[in-house]
Amino acid sequence: MMIGINDILAILPELIVAGSVCVLLLVDFLIGKENKALMGYLSLAVIFAAAIATWSMTRSGSLPVDAFNGMISVDKIAVFFKVIFFIATALTIMLSLSYIKDKNINLGEYYALLLFSLTGMMITASSSDLLSIYLGIELMSLPIYALVGFRVRDGRANEGAMKYVILGAFSSAVMLFGISFIYGLTGTTEISGIAEALRSADAQPAALGIAIVMLVAGFGFKIAGVPFHMWAPDAYEAAPTPITAFMSVAAKTAAFVVFVRVFVDGFAPIVEQWQLILTVLAILSMLVGNTVAIAQTNIKRMLAYSSIGHGGYALLGIIAATPEGTSSVMFYLLVYAFMNLGIFGVIVMMNRDKSGGELITDYTGLAKKNGALALVMLIFLFSLAGIPPTAGFMGKFYVFMALINEGMVWLAVVAVIFSAVAAYFYIRVIMLMYMKEPEREFSYARPLSVLIVITISLIAVILLGVLPDRIIELAEKAVGIL
Amino acid sequence: MEQIFFIGFAVLAIVSALAVVSLRNPVHSALCLMVCLFQVACIFVLLRSPFLAVVQIFIYVGAVMVLFLFVVMILDIRKVMLGSLVGKRSGFVYAIMPLVTLEFLLVIFKGGLGKVASNIPSGEEVKVAVIGKELFTKYLFPFEVVSILLLVAMVGAIVLAKDRDEGA
Repeated sequence: MMIGINDILAILPELIVAGSVCVLLLVDFLIGKENKALMGYLSLAVIFAAAIATWSMTRSGSLPVDAFNGMISVDKIAVFFKVIFFIATALTIMLSLSYIKDKNINLGEYYALLLFSLTGMMITASSSDLLSIYLGIELMSLPIYALVGFRVRDGRANEGAMKYVILGAFSSAVMLFGISFIYGLTGTTEISGIAEALRSADAQPAALGIAIVMLVAGFGFKIAGVPFHMWAPDAYEAAPTPITAFMSVAAKTAAFVVFVRVFVDGFAPIVEQWQLILTVLAILSMLVGNTVAIAQTNIKRMLAYSSIGHGGYALLGIIAATPEGTSSVMFYLLVYAFMNLGIFGVIVMMNRDKSGGELITDYTGLAKKNGALALVMLIFLFSLAGIPPTAGFMGKFYVFMALINEGMVWLAVVAVIFSAVAAYFYIRVIMLMYMKEPEREFSYARPLSVLIVITISLIAVILLGVLPDRIIELAEKAVGIL
Repeated sequence: MEQIFFIGFAVLAIVSALAVVSLRNPVHSALCLMVCLFQVACIFVLLRSPFLAVVQIFIYVGAVMVLFLFVVMILDIRKVMLGSLVGKRSGFVYAIMPLVTLEFLLVIFKGGLGKVASNIPSGEEVKVAVIGKELFTKYLFPFEVVSILLLVAMVGAIVLAKDRDEGA
């Protein structure tokens, strides 16, 4: 029961981030209003340090490490997901550097909250107990609530943040209720213990169904799965653009870790019970996400619905409930992180004036004025639509393969049909950019940091599309196939 | 005997919870919430967890509710709140809620709460010393995470509430 040095080492990356934020909050007092970007650079350094600590853990070859009496279990899956979180947070910070200055919300706490959220995600990824998973998710969400409403003078931001907070609290309550059911039925909150108890039981009590429904509702809220998606378009539209990117990429990815841990691992003995519920969730998400997106005029709302749809695709890999399915979800989420952060990078560039770059019609004729930017946007949109040779295609391909190998061909067919529907609204933006004459003058913010983000994402989207083998191999090693 | 007490507390808790959401005056709502939380504390006593019951009363009934009442009175949101808060689609909600409740009750009473495992905590009274020891050994990690969570809540609240010169 004693806590030793090994326990501390197991959570070293988390400790680095959490400890540094506390210092950064103090450093913030010493930095003048003009130099808040320094906070951003320091945050990037913190993420880099945490990444190195994580990397050295994989080097020592001691994974998986169990710590804190079964609360924490750092395995290769956790490391893979942490890498996605590091990338997403670092790119978000780089997108923010100039954006929050332009929008006059240049506060040091902005970066501190982002790092706190990162801590929550990392804890979620390496948790092996429902209690620490729940706390990790809360630690991830709480800073995001504040960040969504960061533009306090903006009525729209207040409304979006308010909706998000209230519904988020409600979903947490439902999640906790579900967890309490699980504890009552199995006598433990430890994931492996739950699996053990469920396996050894001769009959599954009916109340287990209630618990599963509640957990699906709670976690479904975090991935904005339909019908728990009502908050997403408002919150995404209200948030500062880099935060929208952060929510749609990092927060969603963290929720998928929970699906992997709790459903694929913990509820492995009762696959049939949750497979159907998640299938309904996935199909509804793909249906609503991809069809309602067509009707949107604001590009952030369109991407919100597109993100709901992508959540549906990623869920398919969870539904497969195999190691192959898990590795396909991991690859999909990595790809999704790059393509979504990339397209939000373009939006941040267009966000120069008050509403510029938020309406889809703002992109009319972009190709005539700035061919390079239009081409970049085209590649990201193709990737989101899942058109080869971009990474988006490979991501979808592996998820569908995992499904087909499990004999769920019909579900894969449904998903492909929805992808075709989705292609419509992505390609509509491309049509506007390339086929129409420009209606207005464009003015862009083009700070170096945003350009770097777009370049990194672009290279990743193309590389992962053409040569995905190495990353796929890493993901498969992490889940133990190879 | 115990069951009678439980039913009494539970019914009162549910009735007061319903009152919280249906009363129009926010001060009345807050007072009803206090009653509701107090009943929950009583149920904790029945569950042999006197420590939890005391904490529940100290923190929720004491600190949090007093804060609620202060905010309600300082902001004078009564005038704002008296307008209809109930949305257009409330009929849908009223239809769904009883259905869900009924379904849950049906599952519980029909299927039974049968246990999967046998290592359910026993009904013995839990001593404070045991809770403290568990908190600093088995549950040390979650305990520390909660402390970060509270720090984040504080930072977030200050960022949103503090005065700043923000161009519109």
